[in-house]
Amino acid sequence: MKALVIGCGRVGSSIALQLDREGWDVTAVDEKEEALSRLGDHWNGGFVLGHGMDIEVLRQAGIEDADAVVVATDGDNTNIVIGQVAQQRFDNQCVVVRVLDPARAEFYRRRGLRTICPTSVAIDVLLDAVRACEIRPAEAPA
Amino acid sequence: MYILVAGGGKVGANFARVLLQDGKREVTLIEQRRDRFERLEHEFEHQVLLGDATEIYVLERAGIARPPEVVAALTGDDEDNLIISQLAREKYGVPKVIARVNDPRNQAHFDLLGISPTVSATRGLMALIEHEVPEHDLVHLLELRKENLEIVEVMIDQGAPAAGKRVEKLDLPEGSRLISITRNGHSEIAVGATELQPGDQVLAILQPGKEDELRRVLLKT
Repeated sequence: MKALVIGCGRVGSSIALQLDREGWDVTAVDEKEEALSRLGDHWNGGFVLGHGMDIEVLRQAGIEDADAVVVATDGDNTNIVIGQVAQQRFDNQCVVVRVLDPARAEFYRRRGLRTICPTSVAIDVLLDAVRACEIRPAEAPA
Repeated sequence: MYILVAGGGKVGANFARVLLQDGKREVTLIEQRRDRFERLEHEFEHQVLLGDATEIYVLERAGIARPPEVVAALTGDDEDNLIISQLAREKYGVPKVIARVNDPRNQAHFDLLGISPTVSATRGLMALIEHEVPEHDLVHLLELRKENLEIVEVMIDQGAPAAGKRVEKLDLPEGSRLISITRNGHSEIAVGATELQPGDQVLAILQPGKEDELRRVLLKT
């Protein structure tokens, strides 16, 4: 199975490394050369230097026969555009897009783009943590 | 008419200024950089808003839900312009959306996502340069994207296959028509009986992709 990870920062590089460990054939794309060092000294997967908005870069990274595309650059709008290009132009069935803004994540999710919103996830986790504090004193025996 | 302009750089600010000139339009300009915003505020006062125009709450504060008759996405960032255009059209039903393309390589993304019309300074300049200083025998003057047609200009050379022929005798490719002939500074509409002469400048309308066939009929020996 081939995976393309566009944006190789903290999130993208971790996803690339984990998928690689799980046996995927991974190619990472980033516009900064330093991003490659995030993948460690023993990276066996692919790495393409360039911007994910560039069709030629996407082709070079093998988007045409990728089984999964993860879009996780540091720009929400960039991610949303690249995600739609992967889905609509290259007909990728599994496209996962990181969008930090919950409102845009929701709008594009409704339009059929698989957006993941770390902000919403963090809000839920934090709220759960606060609620757990509320429960505990009540549960404690008087 | 209410027009929302996203991006208060040179393009957006000048566009807003021109729109406001005759006092018949209502305009809101959105700019996200505080230094720019403060400068614009002196001139545009309450008509400029500080914020990221790709944020839904900013667009709503600017009145996108009314909705405006026109939204112009004119920021210096193509991704932002794409998102603003999609939100305006698809979330708020704005009838007319115009987007600026900064990097002409991104035009394909605007086309893919159905964002039209687009304006591109680079594309405009290239067309102008081609027209003024033709490097090719066939110059693109105007693209009618929605209609899937384009208008081109060709110069009939001495010895060109079309020279000395009447328009009705030309075996023009399907999906193409000659519009006009300009000779010695005078232009006339091309009709069947119009005879082409060397030195004529001919305007033609055709479907994109028919250029080579047209070239063969008019220019190549």
